[in-house]
Amino acid sequence: MTVAISFDALAGWDFWVGVGVLAATYGIFALGLQLNVGTTGITNFGQAGFMAIGAYTMAILVTRYGWSWWWGMLVGIGLAMAAAVLVGLPSLRLRADYFAITTLAFAEIVRYLADNERDLTGGSQGLLGYSGGWVSLSVRLENWLNDHGIDVPSFLFPLMLVSVGLLLVLCLVVVALVRTPWGRVLRAIREDEDAARALGKNTLLYKLQSLALAAALAAIAGFLLALNLTLLVPDEFDPGFTIFGYVIVILGGLGSYVGVFVGSIVLMALGEATRYVDLPLSADKVAAIRFIIVGLLLILLTAFRPQGLFGKREEMLLGD
Amino acid sequence: MSSGWGSLAASVSDATARSREAVTARAPNPLLTLVGVVALTAIVLVATQGALDVAQATVNGIVSGSYFALGAAGLTLVYGVLRLVNFAHGEFLTFAAYMTVLAHGTMSQPLLVALAFGVVVTALFALGLELVMWRPMRRKGAGILQLLLMALGLAFVIRNVIQLVAGTEVRTIGANVTAAVHIGGIHIGRTELWAVIVALVALLALALMLRGTRLGREIRALSDNAELAETTGIDTNRVITYTWLLAGGLAGLAGVIYAASVGVVTPQLGFGIVLSLFAAVVVGGIGNAFGALGGGMLIGLAQEWSTLIFPANLKVAVGFGVMILVLILRPQGLFGQARRID
Repeated sequence: MTVAISFDALAGWDFWVGVGVLAATYGIFALGLQLNVGTTGITNFGQAGFMAIGAYTMAILVTRYGWSWWWGMLVGIGLAMAAAVLVGLPSLRLRADYFAITTLAFAEIVRYLADNERDLTGGSQGLLGYSGGWVSLSVRLENWLNDHGIDVPSFLFPLMLVSVGLLLVLCLVVVALVRTPWGRVLRAIREDEDAARALGKNTLLYKLQSLALAAALAAIAGFLLALNLTLLVPDEFDPGFTIFGYVIVILGGLGSYVGVFVGSIVLMALGEATRYVDLPLSADKVAAIRFIIVGLLLILLTAFRPQGLFGKREEMLLGD
Repeated sequence: MSSGWGSLAASVSDATARSREAVTARAPNPLLTLVGVVALTAIVLVATQGALDVAQATVNGIVSGSYFALGAAGLTLVYGVLRLVNFAHGEFLTFAAYMTVLAHGTMSQPLLVALAFGVVVTALFALGLELVMWRPMRRKGAGILQLLLMALGLAFVIRNVIQLVAGTEVRTIGANVTAAVHIGGIHIGRTELWAVIVALVALLALALMLRGTRLGREIRALSDNAELAETTGIDTNRVITYTWLLAGGLAGLAGVIYAASVGVVTPQLGFGIVLSLFAAVVVGGIGNAFGALGGGMLIGLAQEWSTLIFPANLKVAVGFGVMILVLILRPQGLFGQARRID
């Protein structure tokens, strides 16, 4: 049994470009979870479902109906938000348990439908050919960078620039939103929903808005995932993605948006680095080991360091 | 001494339940409404699809309903006593199926011994998790978010450990899945028939246990009002221990009879039906063990009847739809008593 580890790869551009794209995708995804669970105190377990709706809507409109890429994305965000309202309306009025069950079930139904509605989604064969719009933009970006004397180290480099830029901008937008009076109501709901209601706030409406915003962020993460993969398959959207998102949220600290940014980069760098550990095992066993580690990380962090890197311990104890 | 207090708590809770029923008596009886809706659906289906097809779908629905009811009963018991949404419950079913494969295939034990082994080991597994994970977390005063996240992580870990150890290849329990019984044009697999009989007997035993024994009354008292039950002197930890053994055992039974009658075992087995279990739990009223039995049958019927009209691969989505409908119309569940759950 030989376990070969080479750190050469970590010094290369390819590694960090890959980490950047993934960190931005998972980071934007987790940004929505942070807004829900960290700021509003609602346990959204269906984020992967909203992401799937965004990504598939864009891909289907582009490949099957010849829509432009931009309109596809816009409608994708809209549909993901509409789904959030539809799922939230019956379940957000109820206890946190109901909401967690309903959102998780919703995400699984979306994946199940994506798997079975082959005419529309291609099923497990996957859906191809939606990235044309991005590729031409990417080439323009590459030429522009070359004109300005910047060497483009890999074809993923423009996607990395755009997605990390998006993560930064969206992080700032959400931080700014949370500081508005609107954001203060969200925090008040997390601290004590009855008190917020007693002050005359329609808390259901605020919770729905928080969920819809998270769904929009999930849809954007879905576009980045789709462009990175160039092939959409339903298995990408299993609840494992949501678990990764929660690991980022808890690692960074509940309620901390800096934490989401740092947490996503740390987790993805570690995750990608382990790909260079050469284990004498089949690919699906290696995948299983990675998932076991992530699941254990979530359990252990939640049990022993619920405040994460940047959070406060009290934030986690709230919510009964 | 504690036994007297236990039954007192249960009888107090029964009395409050009765008075609540009296208060809500003017509202239409949900059970009657439900029976009406199911009967009406059946009549419409028979008229449009033909009696034989409907009868066959009903038989299929009762078969899957009995797995759902068994699985949902354990899930809802744990929720009732511990207020824990055990997302890893589906993985208990998978675990039991693989333990049976191990005992029957690898260790060449007779099938019945192997099935019993699967059930018992799963009950112990559930209890082990309580001792390692859930009890320490309760001592720490863990919040609801912590418990939800840990349960979700646990489901993921168990499924992938099974996948790592057993691989992704499809296995079989080794029961005969081709022999079938035919009654007037309707057919049912012989193993399926056995599965339904075993499930119904187990569910009946569970219902009698909850109604008639001290442990059953204590479980119901804790589900109804944990603090009140504890002040009446119920040994909470003892009841919780038995609740996990019961939940694990019921999940194990659901897992092995499902695997035996379907014929195939994969690491996704429990994960594939856990959505239907949650739908059954919500439909029956979360935490209500009797409700889970009715909810399981209802989801089974709804899914199989839907195949008469919609493509069969929409079955699972139909279960989800029924769950959402119940959440909108009667969030405390069809069989639950009126109470605030917001």
